[in-house]
Amino acid sequence: MELHELTLKEQLEGLKSSSFTSVELTEHYLKRIKKIDPEINSYITITEDLALSQAKEADTRYNNKNPLDLDGIPIAHKDIFCTENILTTCGSKMLSDFIAPYSSTVVSKFIEKGTVMLGKTNMDEFAMGSSNETSYFGAVKNPWNKEYVPGGSSGGSAACVAAGLAPAATATDTGGSIRQPAALCGLTGIKPTYGRVSRYGMIAFASSLDQGGVLTRSAEDAAILMNVMSGYDPKDSTSLNVEVPDFSQEIGKPISGLKIGIPIELFEQDMPDYVRKNTNEAIDIFKELGAEIKEISFPNIDLSLPVYYVLAPAECSANLSRYDGVRYGYRCEDPKDIEDLYMRTREEGFGSEVKRRILIGTYALSAGFYDAYYLKAQKCRQLIANDFSEAFNSVDVILSPTTPGTSFKAGEKTNDPIEMYLQDIFTIPANLAGLPGISFPCGNHKDLPLGLQLVGNSLEEGKLLMAAHHFQQTTNWHKDMPKV
Amino acid sequence: MSLSDKELKEIAYLARINIDKKDFPALKAELDQILNLFDKLNSADTDKVEAMSHPLNLSQPTRKDVVTEPDQRSKLQASAPLVKSGLFIVPKVIEGEN
Repeated sequence: MELHELTLKEQLEGLKSSSFTSVELTEHYLKRIKKIDPEINSYITITEDLALSQAKEADTRYNNKNPLDLDGIPIAHKDIFCTENILTTCGSKMLSDFIAPYSSTVVSKFIEKGTVMLGKTNMDEFAMGSSNETSYFGAVKNPWNKEYVPGGSSGGSAACVAAGLAPAATATDTGGSIRQPAALCGLTGIKPTYGRVSRYGMIAFASSLDQGGVLTRSAEDAAILMNVMSGYDPKDSTSLNVEVPDFSQEIGKPISGLKIGIPIELFEQDMPDYVRKNTNEAIDIFKELGAEIKEISFPNIDLSLPVYYVLAPAECSANLSRYDGVRYGYRCEDPKDIEDLYMRTREEGFGSEVKRRILIGTYALSAGFYDAYYLKAQKCRQLIANDFSEAFNSVDVILSPTTPGTSFKAGEKTNDPIEMYLQDIFTIPANLAGLPGISFPCGNHKDLPLGLQLVGNSLEEGKLLMAAHHFQQTTNWHKDMPKV
Repeated sequence: MSLSDKELKEIAYLARINIDKKDFPALKAELDQILNLFDKLNSADTDKVEAMSHPLNLSQPTRKDVVTEPDQRSKLQASAPLVKSGLFIVPKVIEGEN
């Protein structure tokens, strides 16, 4: 077995038992990245020198018998997380030269635990997209079939882990950007409860929806990384000051008696036969494991997509006003006055999907439309949150497919924004209610992976990881790796 | 719902994004499609519903009004497009002598 075929947990055991060194492990990944990534395009920046020096330091600590918790484990970071003195682009021309002056809390926490940074991963521009085709640095390919997309916006993080170019990667999720690429690339991806993971230094898209998480090859690995990322951060005013359980312990809890809710409205919708069949098979596996299945109702689920596409663009139009060509980032050539500087900098620096969303958001917030769109959407958001509260009175977690189907071909949906937005129809509700969600592999169709989603009540990531872990004890879908 | 050229021009100005006139028809069609998606919201009865602005119903924490960040002017300005004597340089905005 080659080193990249080991899970993160197995690599940690290997490092602890001196089966290999962090330098060997890191060099193995760097070599694979150089060989394989030119075609997949999952990395925007490869931090080779930094990685090797961090690996050497980790090995020294192992030799001195005082290693850190995750000492010597290589990891990739989505290029939305600021990394001090390292290029941080957010997939945009606007930040194509931006060297972050500080590190995000998430990245700092990983450094403190001894991880090795392999590089920064490709993503849809400013995390807006579901196919990783909107990146200024080029589209990312799905390692399972290079004609297909890896999903987005964390498409680079997903593709690099699926291709064995990192054992795990950080990611972010505003409407499905961790779970949808996890499903399309055959990975485990968790979006924690809003406020569980600090957003400090995570470039903002829609601040009431954005949440950092991870993409891994098993629920066990996700639990290890959730232990590192989670926790209160005074630098983020929306960070939750609550106790964080040991997720590696949580996953070992019994599954018997877990109440799994199936939203009837969702299964009444049109979906491909293979998705329905696969989801039903997954439900049967949970039944065999001792979980209880219960039908639940989500009367307002249809409102999720329109609510999201009012609120996320509204918040993005405000957040992205900071890119003005003055303090950092791209600036147009020879501006004739200050207006021209703003207008052309933003015309030339943003890609078309980002501009589309800024315009929609500006419209929804403009005088005369604020009540009809923005305020109305906020009220509908409350209705959706109420549906969840009602459901969690009788169930522990809610099950659905992660996506309406397997991956799609590159270019297939780029000319139809609504078709692309429908990719996130099952994942958006959790973001609106601020709830944790997980996606993990539950089968495949025509050699492309399929994902299953569980959404939990606030702060109950432990239950999601536990259920996924039990599922992965009796299935092997998560062990499949594409031939690259 | 469909946007007029005038409306699109106004929104683009509010958003400070220059848009080439030749891109108007295609962009308007795309935006109309998205705005039509919003019609669905009208079907929801929200008369007695409070607006939800945030997933956490917590009050915002406060801190003492003291300086916590060190002075890092030159480091923070290193990524700026144009800086002179520690100031961000932009085209002239105040009329008067040169």
